[in-house]
Amino acid sequence: MSAPAYRLDVDRVHVWRGDRHVLKGTSFALAGGELLHIWGPNGAGKTTLLRVVCGLLRPEQGTVAWLGQSITAVRADYQAALAYASHEPALKSDLTALENLRFTVGLKRRVSLPELRETLEKAGVGACADLPTRVLSAGQRRRVAIARILAVRAPLWLLDEPYTNLDTRGAEFMSAMLEEHVDQGGCALVVAHHDLVLARPVRRLELAA
Amino acid sequence: MSVGAGSAMSLVLRRELTLSFRRPDQLLQPLVFFLIVTTLFPLALSPELSLLRDMAPGVLWVAALLASLLSMEGLFKSDAEDGTLEQLALSGQSLGVIVIAKTLAHWLVSGAALVVISPLVATGLAVPIEAFPIMMLSLAMGTLTLSWLGAIGAGLTVGLRRGSVLLSLIVLPLAMPLLIFGANATDRAIGGETAAGALYFLAALCVFTTSLAPLAATAALRITLE
Amino acid sequence: MWTWFYRLASPPYVYRTAAAFAPWFLLIAGIAIAYGVIDGLVFAPPDYQQGNAFRIIYVHAPAGWLSMFGYTLMAVAGAIGLIWRIKMAHAVSAAVAPIGASFTVLGLVTGSLWGRPMWGTYWAWDPRLTSELILLFLYFGVMSLRAAFEDPARGDRAAALLAIVGVVNVPIIHFSVQWWNSLHQGATVMKFEKSSMPGSMLWPLLAMFLGFMLFFGAMLCMRLRGEVLNRERQSSWVREMLRA
Repeated sequence: MSAPAYRLDVDRVHVWRGDRHVLKGTSFALAGGELLHIWGPNGAGKTTLLRVVCGLLRPEQGTVAWLGQSITAVRADYQAALAYASHEPALKSDLTALENLRFTVGLKRRVSLPELRETLEKAGVGACADLPTRVLSAGQRRRVAIARILAVRAPLWLLDEPYTNLDTRGAEFMSAMLEEHVDQGGCALVVAHHDLVLARPVRRLELAA
Repeated sequence: MSVGAGSAMSLVLRRELTLSFRRPDQLLQPLVFFLIVTTLFPLALSPELSLLRDMAPGVLWVAALLASLLSMEGLFKSDAEDGTLEQLALSGQSLGVIVIAKTLAHWLVSGAALVVISPLVATGLAVPIEAFPIMMLSLAMGTLTLSWLGAIGAGLTVGLRRGSVLLSLIVLPLAMPLLIFGANATDRAIGGETAAGALYFLAALCVFTTSLAPLAATAALRITLE
Repeated sequence: MWTWFYRLASPPYVYRTAAAFAPWFLLIAGIAIAYGVIDGLVFAPPDYQQGNAFRIIYVHAPAGWLSMFGYTLMAVAGAIGLIWRIKMAHAVSAAVAPIGASFTVLGLVTGSLWGRPMWGTYWAWDPRLTSELILLFLYFGVMSLRAAFEDPARGDRAAALLAIVGVVNVPIIHFSVQWWNSLHQGATVMKFEKSSMPGSMLWPLLAMFLGFMLFFGAMLCMRLRGEVLNRERQSSWVREMLRA
């Protein structure tokens, strides 16, 4: 059984924010089983690039293609196939960890509550499942966000500074999950301002300010 | 195993209602505002019952408009602030489905709630009980239309500084037709005459807005998310 | 044909072409308005019902028409910018807004002045004037929204969407205000049938319409050039032009 041939192609993307030319013809390709580390100084456009790849931001020039098709043509299907983690954990503080997962993952695929509990357990926050996220620590919230990425089961991971607020054990867990995802044929695009230490060699793309 | 639009809409509706009821104080605020504003008029003018009855349609409707607008800002604001709006936009569901579900949920806890307490307010303004059904029907359609207009305004202004003032500035002129038809329907009901004409126009406006506003609100949200 | 369309989207082309058109528009506008004013104020006979007060129609009617035309133009330009992502279309929309709003104010002021001799009061909630007032609010909404965004491109897109929503609502607002007025007053509608006007009154009016339109066009050209310069200030052609 071979993994389906995932492929993300970003071709000469230009983005201006007001007067600033933030992305100047960025291009890269990402296939299944590959991880790309995007790094660069503050203001270089890392988050902007991630939002372009998500399909939230339309570039002035350039294209993004998933499985050979432009993402603007198949937007809903493309977004169903990706899991995005922003710099903030993006959780509703009034909802419990479990409810947070249910209301986001539940939009992407049919999922049962016991399964979500298991994923939270795997991420080390099983005990927090029924607590409103406002009482969780920053590290715990980050782990809930990781659990969401895991629960969605999407082939393309787009992660913006996923190691924020994680302790050593948490960082090891994140790295282990990344490796597992990529080993199973998924693609991952990781924005991080620090080095990524993984068992496999990591491809890097540097964005200049 | 993907999720259909219907299940997605009901899931988002549940999300919104769960969130709303976790903050009961925020639920009550527009309703209390509605009560307070309607109290201002007898204090400012006169408690004479015939005068109150004459101005009741206007006072009710303006107060309902302002109270609804007050809560409209919250439609997308909280989600935009904690980053969950992006998660919804990237859920693989059509953004329109999400906007419709959020707006309907918002109307249920604000506009519909206003309709339910309107008899209380109307009694204070000497409105005869026979006029209540028409008044409540017109308020229901009017607040629904306003929720759609407010969704467009909220989509355009979420994240802007002084967004709430701008939201009112944008929505109120667009809301004038519904105010005209709704207040007139209530007025005629109070006078014991048939309100059919005004109600038909209000209903037409409601249907028109319900069919087109989701498109505009979704487009507005996409512009904001960029 | 499409090359013409693409040239229209090129900022230097728009800048130069607007500069070429503006003086001609102003010249012809000046002639038309001069004729309209002189013929309308001096030579046209007084109206048998309103006396000399009707003469304000020579300013009020064109101003009212241009306020509507301006809003529609703003919405159409915004729609073109939004759908085809053409920056110059957004520049046109931004340039038109204050001009249209000014004509709306002019229409309201002249309408109010006309109201004094007609109804004895400066404001009587006449349906046409009330619609004009709501139109002014819509203009303010679009202009405030555009200004509230820090990123001008997003501001343009938001303002364009609002203008489109507004333009769809304008007929609804007109209808509802007419309906409201017919229920409550009925007597103060400012009816001045153009078709029933004698030639001596009609010609200067048509000249004023033409003159105002061309004046609108000249103002648009001038404001558009300013908008283009501001939006393109970082580009090479502007910097070269300023250096020369």
